[in-house]
Amino acid sequence: MHKFMMQLRTRVIVSLVAILSFGIVSADAAVKAGFIYVGPVADGGWTYEHDQGRLAIEKAYGDKVTTVFVENVAEGPDAERVIGQMANDGADIIFTTSFGFMNPTIKSAKQFPNVKFEHATGYKKADNVATYSSRFYEGRHVLGLIAGKMTITNTIGYIASFPIPEVVRGINAAYLAAKSVNPNVKFKVIWVSSWFDPGKEADAATALIDQGADILMQHTDSSAPMQIAEKKGMYAFGQASNMAAAGPTAQLTAIIDNWSPYYLERVGALIKGSWASSDTWGGFDTGMVELAPYGKAVPADVRQLADNAKKAIIEGRLHPFTGPINKQDGTSWLKAGETADDGTLLGMGFYVEGIEGSLPSAN
Amino acid sequence: MIHFESRAEICWFHEWIVVAVALALTGLTCAVLLSVFGFDPFVSLERIVIKPLSSTYGVSELLAKATPLITIGVALSLSFRAGIWNIGAEGQLIAGGLAGGAVALAFYGVDSFWVLPLTLLGGSLGGLVWGAIPAFLKVRFNVNEILVSLMLTYVALLLLSVMVHGPLRDPDGYNFPESRLFHDAAILPKLFSAGRGHVGFIFSLLFAVGATWVVKRWHLGFEMKVSGLSQRAACFAGYDRNQTIWISLLVGGALSGFAGVVEVTGTIGQLVPNISPSYGFTAIIVAFLARLHPLAVVPAGLLVALSYLAGESAQLALGIPGAATQIFQGMLLFFLLGTSLLVNYRIRFRRRL
Repeated sequence: MHKFMMQLRTRVIVSLVAILSFGIVSADAAVKAGFIYVGPVADGGWTYEHDQGRLAIEKAYGDKVTTVFVENVAEGPDAERVIGQMANDGADIIFTTSFGFMNPTIKSAKQFPNVKFEHATGYKKADNVATYSSRFYEGRHVLGLIAGKMTITNTIGYIASFPIPEVVRGINAAYLAAKSVNPNVKFKVIWVSSWFDPGKEADAATALIDQGADILMQHTDSSAPMQIAEKKGMYAFGQASNMAAAGPTAQLTAIIDNWSPYYLERVGALIKGSWASSDTWGGFDTGMVELAPYGKAVPADVRQLADNAKKAIIEGRLHPFTGPINKQDGTSWLKAGETADDGTLLGMGFYVEGIEGSLPSAN
Repeated sequence: MIHFESRAEICWFHEWIVVAVALALTGLTCAVLLSVFGFDPFVSLERIVIKPLSSTYGVSELLAKATPLITIGVALSLSFRAGIWNIGAEGQLIAGGLAGGAVALAFYGVDSFWVLPLTLLGGSLGGLVWGAIPAFLKVRFNVNEILVSLMLTYVALLLLSVMVHGPLRDPDGYNFPESRLFHDAAILPKLFSAGRGHVGFIFSLLFAVGATWVVKRWHLGFEMKVSGLSQRAACFAGYDRNQTIWISLLVGGALSGFAGVVEVTGTIGQLVPNISPSYGFTAIIVAFLARLHPLAVVPAGLLVALSYLAGESAQLALGIPGAATQIFQGMLLFFLLGTSLLVNYRIRFRRRL
């Protein structure tokens, strides 16, 4: 017994020394990058792609960087604690990857002025808080073109999360593009009030198909709608990540959020000591928005149309929001030839003319 | 053969030694599991359990997390003693958070000392009203309070959702369903400079002490206990069952509502669609861990709060998936319930006759 206690004590002491020395080594040699995820890494969508970005950092910077992450962090009281714990644990830069982490991020940034924060898709910045997002609406434009060309029932089902500008912008961009190639197209939108809820997303997908939609789009993170489309023999677009595994025949293409270029640049800047708060909004041209390979069902002429649109957007010849565009209530928004400015796009809280129904917030 | 024999008297010492045994067993099982997965159990447990508590920040966050668990746990231990099964503390918490948050937003920009007390009062009243509904239905129509209080949780959740999507939405928030941040006058003072531990924790301690006093010294506490043990006995003694129902659910509602308003004004600072990660339900576990002793709810609440923090630091320090938290918590509960059996029953080994 005594011998066992001795061993135990030695063991504890060795462990403590190991921890202490590890702490010193990691503090000196490597930048520690932390990631807060709203869903599980295995969601096959939004969070999965952020984690791919994290892995890209590890691969590119080797032992100059260590990374940590916490998954399934609810947008609520727990978020601020997890962020704070990560900062307290020695993270030098923390990426908070959901809109609902905005206020917790800003509050944590005040408590930890020496830690850099990067908040995805938000609009509040500080000296140590940068914001970043992608011009997903460019991808939505291409999706809209494909959907408008390929729908037979002229009804597109759209599974939406929250009526914030990012989501409303996506609906408008897709609708305008679809309408430009198919004047009879109709959009049906279901709001599920969640970013990740496979059950609700699947229910919404089923309901939309029952209402006549033959192509589904989603602005939620799980591949549940894709699976429903596959099962019912309909088509769908992957969201945030290539969801071909969930819908080998159903997926027409997918918007892929590629965060790696941005994460590499920001962590690289921190290592060099040139990090500064900024606001990044990258599109097709920066590689932050990509499209998955077209599904077998997409005919050659539609592929050509989609490729041309993507090329035109990259070269600056095409802006998805080019007038004349009216708001849903019939008032004029953009005159002929006029393109939307970023400020209006970032605060977009209205449907464009032709979309039926009202935003959940318009009460 | 092994027989379980009910103990006539339960020694207080036995009651608490099982908690220590359960804790030790949980630690041991965790250590074994960790080594199976290739982690050094000593280093790992130190980093998961001890390290979060080695800074003011960690302690502060622990107190913040434990505050609603203790506040509600105290209320539930009273109510469960009386045999009133208030399962809907979560709903009462949400109703309280919503009502208190609405008060805070109504007086947005008013920089006076009375804003905070009024907000706290509003929150308690919100929870009280939510607790009064199952109480009224039980007293008047003998409706099962378990079902009513549980269902009302979902009503409260949807009500909060409607309010933050509509009337209480931040006018500058780009339609995101959350209120504006409360004015400083409606924010609970913090206990430390680091973390979010706030004076709500002090209140929760006061509630625990107050409830213990009621249980040990007041005739009301005795009446409620008798009523919980045997309704017939309570009836013969002339105790008013309806009074027990009303008090259990009103106190439960008010305290849960207080926990809700303390959560929104102390740790969150605004109204959001999810103000509680199931504190109201977790507090049921806390109350039973404490064996329905209001004072023991304090360590039980701290322990359960620690298990959440430990789950996060396990992810941070070791990269263990988030689901591991639930395994740890499940094991703790399993061992506690398992060892409690030994308190209430004596094991007899008897030869087969």
